[in-house]
Amino acid sequence: MTAGTLLIGSTRGDRLDLAATGSWTAEHAQILEPLVDAATKSNSPVKNIALDTAQIEHLDTFGAWLLERALRTWTSQGREARLVGLRDDYRGLFEKVHTGTQKLTPPPPRGNRIISVLETVGMSMAGVGADLVLFAQMIGSLMVAVKRVVLHPSTFRFTSMVNHLERVGWQAVPIILLITVLIGAILAQQGIFHFRKFGADIYVIDMVGVLVLREVGVLIVCIMVAGRSGSSYTAELGAMKMREEVDALRTMGFDPIEVLILPRIMALVIAVPILTFLGSMAAIYGGGMVAWAYGGIEPPVFLSRLREAISIETFQVGMIKAPFMALVIGIVACVEGLQTQGSAESLGEQTTNSVVKSIFLVIVLDGIFAMFFASIGM
Amino acid sequence: MATNGHRETVIRVNDVVVELKGNRILNGVTLDVYRGEILGFVGASGAGKSVLTRTIVGLLPKAAGRIEVFGQDLDQADEDQRRAVERRWGILFQQGALFSSLTAGQNVEFPMREYLDLSDRLTTEMAITKLEMVGLKADVYRKYPSELSGGMIKRVALARALALDPEILFLDEPTSGLDPISAHEFDQLILTLQRTSQMAVFMVTHDLDSLHMICDRIAVLGEGTINAVGNMDVMLASQLPWLKAYFHGARATADRLAKQKIGVA
Repeated sequence: MTAGTLLIGSTRGDRLDLAATGSWTAEHAQILEPLVDAATKSNSPVKNIALDTAQIEHLDTFGAWLLERALRTWTSQGREARLVGLRDDYRGLFEKVHTGTQKLTPPPPRGNRIISVLETVGMSMAGVGADLVLFAQMIGSLMVAVKRVVLHPSTFRFTSMVNHLERVGWQAVPIILLITVLIGAILAQQGIFHFRKFGADIYVIDMVGVLVLREVGVLIVCIMVAGRSGSSYTAELGAMKMREEVDALRTMGFDPIEVLILPRIMALVIAVPILTFLGSMAAIYGGGMVAWAYGGIEPPVFLSRLREAISIETFQVGMIKAPFMALVIGIVACVEGLQTQGSAESLGEQTTNSVVKSIFLVIVLDGIFAMFFASIGM
Repeated sequence: MATNGHRETVIRVNDVVVELKGNRILNGVTLDVYRGEILGFVGASGAGKSVLTRTIVGLLPKAAGRIEVFGQDLDQADEDQRRAVERRWGILFQQGALFSSLTAGQNVEFPMREYLDLSDRLTTEMAITKLEMVGLKADVYRKYPSELSGGMIKRVALARALALDPEILFLDEPTSGLDPISAHEFDQLILTLQRTSQMAVFMVTHDLDSLHMICDRIAVLGEGTINAVGNMDVMLASQLPWLKAYFHGARATADRLAKQKIGVA
């Protein structure tokens, strides 16, 4: 197959005869386009153009459109243009192309750059407000669902909750233990390294004990859970939303909050305190091992010093925070999941949002708890 | 290329066996598709119609048999040969399978950008032309799939399948989910495009209207093999129980009666 050509034919008075030959197909469109543009650019005084297509061997939509583009350009230049000798089997195709309008409404004009930056800032602030409203709505709907479940305990999706409990709790244990052991070990090593300079190595036990039980244990566990379980909640709910499963539930008279969200959040509220406990113990264990191996502090010394350094209150501070943080992670994950629109991109965006927002809120909440415990003297 | 009489065979499926998770879905399917014909492919739900389509286009592995497209055995083809074949077919998936992160226009432009080296202007114009050819307004160009209705998604997906003016068009239930008027238009559209470009159309369908009005031949899949192949008269004359139920069942009869009333058939 040879590429098509547009032959400039004879000019008779104000009449121009052109002939198109060869293959007018997609492969050759790259070569054909400049030919067509050249043929339509001339500003000769011809008023009447006849484009002979009888010698076209192959024509597809690409070729047909290029011919059509030539005709349209000539017509817009105020000339009279027509095709002659179009083969019957190409006529349908050409007519298809001919009826196209190509009318595209122009995209909205881009405004001033400074204004658009300000607009983005404003929009994201409005987004924060909308998020708060959604968060509050979700707490409200959860409370309503809890009330219903308390009044009719048989409606609680116990199986579903146990299933989620296994996924977010049991299956998370190994990775949580591994990470918290490492964190405890690093804290102890850093502490010993610096405290040793002024002979206070033994106080490393106070630091590790208090820090892990009050703050680090619960924070690390919550960050892990937000990344591991919060994201999967968002993705699951988002995919269900995309496939109209959530709508299907609603039309069958089920409350998605009660069926999908309550069991998930309950599972988190139960799992996170347990994981926090395990994580804190593992971190202290890791710290103890490093204190022994690196700092030369024997385990009996470590334990007796630990007993003096921490009280039951230290432990309680960490554990009290855990269920609230679980609630925040669960609510953010579910709200974001239900905000998912139709596209795969949107699902990805919501999952990212879910993790970022829940980690942020967990840290904010931790700060609020720090102030609260300080003021009540814990 | 292989020819049969004066007709060129574009797809040759020979004794193909497909097993999925130990279940034998296709058990020795043999089928030829000729250039310039519309082949309707019918069979009970779950008989393996989509499986055969997916096997031909290489999405599913086959346990035995041979598939030739344009005379090229796809198992023997190297990457370039495969790409050359893939450039010459277009596939319309059942759910459209539009890329949800691209606009309708970008979806149609995607194969053009990949395979052809065209100017941006021509690419855009061609995408709009294709969209208008399948009966959509040019404005759809900037819309995302999530903003489109089911029927529009089908049309955009057809426009994408047609983006490179393919020689074979695979359609997986193209008219399912369309209203009868749109389905009729869709059929006519496929017919027009097929007649102008001598494209071979391999159409999995349950739409009796499509089978009646645009299919040149019909192949029937049952129990893992092709039970019957032929034109509509052959199908109507067939004594196979499933075929009798299919073409003479309540739906088919109602369809014919309705057409007699409005004087179409």
